[in-house]
Amino acid sequence: MIELEGVRKSFDGKEVLAGVSARIERGEIFAVIGPSGSGKSTLLRLIDLLDTPTGGAIRINGVDIHANREESHRVQRMMGMVFQKPAVFNTTVAENIAVGLRFRGIKEAAIKAKVEEALAVVGLAGYEERRARTLSGGEMQRVALARAMVIEPEILLMDEPTANLDPVSVEKIEELVVRINRDLGTTIVFSTHDMYQGQRLAHLIGVLMNGRFAQVGTPREVFTHPASREVARFVGIENIIDGVVVASNGTCAVDAGGVRIRTRSPLTPEELVSLCIRSEDLRVTPAGEATTAPGKNTLPGIVTSIVPRGPFSRVTVDCGITLSSILSWKVVDNLGIREGSHVAVSFAEESVHVVRRG
Amino acid sequence: MYEIIEGFLEALRLIITLDPDVMAISLRSIIVSFTATIFASLIAVPLGGVIYFGSFPGKKSLINLIQTLYSLPTVIVGLLIFLLLSRVGPFGFLRLLFTPTAMIIAQTVLILPIMIGLTISALSGVDPIIRDTLRSLGATRFQLLANTMKEAKFAILAAVALGFGRAISEVGAAILVGGNIMASSFSSSTRVLTTAISLETSMGNISQSIALGIVLLAIALVVNFVITTVQHR
Repeated sequence: MIELEGVRKSFDGKEVLAGVSARIERGEIFAVIGPSGSGKSTLLRLIDLLDTPTGGAIRINGVDIHANREESHRVQRMMGMVFQKPAVFNTTVAENIAVGLRFRGIKEAAIKAKVEEALAVVGLAGYEERRARTLSGGEMQRVALARAMVIEPEILLMDEPTANLDPVSVEKIEELVVRINRDLGTTIVFSTHDMYQGQRLAHLIGVLMNGRFAQVGTPREVFTHPASREVARFVGIENIIDGVVVASNGTCAVDAGGVRIRTRSPLTPEELVSLCIRSEDLRVTPAGEATTAPGKNTLPGIVTSIVPRGPFSRVTVDCGITLSSILSWKVVDNLGIREGSHVAVSFAEESVHVVRRG
Repeated sequence: MYEIIEGFLEALRLIITLDPDVMAISLRSIIVSFTATIFASLIAVPLGGVIYFGSFPGKKSLINLIQTLYSLPTVIVGLLIFLLLSRVGPFGFLRLLFTPTAMIIAQTVLILPIMIGLTISALSGVDPIIRDTLRSLGATRFQLLANTMKEAKFAILAAVALGFGRAISEVGAAILVGGNIMASSFSSSTRVLTTAISLETSMGNISQSIALGIVLLAIALVVNFVITTVQHR
């Protein structure tokens, strides 16, 4: 189990991590997601004892790993790490994978068997005698994974392991991550700037922003209930509207530049908030056919753009505030809407996720 | 002009017929410089590793000093070793002056800086991610050093080859501490390629000089070939 407590790290006076705290349980897959330069690599390097924090503590199974040198080396040998840039030693594939075992004084016969087994797991059986430098990036990264895995670490750290790989290799690595975690119970901490990868693989996601975890939660929590405006933006919520809470007829409403939006969240009047509405939750209907219903927000507006996005279209409507909806091509055709069409945009009160600003 | 051409043809004859004098001098040159390179490697490679991985005050200055000593004049090294080994010097009792051993010592000292320096450069050339990977795999300090050296082995080999090239082509130290002696026995003679060329030329034995020059050049070519082959691995 890994405990991060107020972890700080500065490089030449520039603070990269400004107090990171989280708890990662044994056997969990934890994703650190965040924009480039948010300190994801730094955090993993601190956990792997490759750098020393400038403040706070990292505890593994209750032991402060940076506290004393003797302990550090023992703890380091419980962990394996895969780096973003696929890096292999200039020797054969088998020798690459054997390095960690040799460091631990394992017998030759056992090394051979373990290397073979690891290669089979990562799908590179028969590659033993190949020169590692001649492999493709994806293959090298799988060698790196096998090399980290063969030492049977309790904790596997992966720093953007798929950032430089082609889609097929990404899929293979992701599959391996899930398998290693499921079959061996290895605790896995990986970083990614791909929020969907975090969603696919992780049990828990930590959103690292401005040197801190802006939110730690299950993928569902992070994607549907982002903790702040920044997190909402990062996890791809398209409609983020700033407003002020007003009390209206006993229920809660938010005034966004003259447009009133009702929500289910309990709010105090005069509070500054941002409303997050997922574009999939918006319905667009031609102006005449709109019906108002209790528990529903219905806003009239004019279509300003229809932009194709994969098999969908992104329909942007000006309702005084700008709202974007994702509709299939067919729906757009059936509705008969074009740029300039008068429509109504409707969404349920519970589709509005409210976060405080400032 | 005619004399030069004649000298050149004679030189080829000396090499093709394996002239005993030319062969003995060439062989001695190789033995002396090769031995010096071995000793220098045994000192320079581990020392370079320790300097690279160590953290101590004055590390930068030390590396600067080592790099400055790359161009240490050979006669200065010769003079220094001469003074140390001469009758009145602190090691005069060893009676090593004007022996091949003295030449080996001088050449070892001469090429140490460049070999230490290039070993450090070779290690600096290893991708930092390799170092991180080794540490993350649980390497001890020694395992880290040994495995990083393994990654840099070709660059280190090139450093060794360069050291050998400098040793075999220098003349200042060899003539000062060796004395360019042609004695009756092979092992007590100190005439090597460079000192012989210098002597033969001054005596007007152009063909002998050219023959020795060709051999020296050939050795340098082989060394260069080894370096380039190795660096493209």
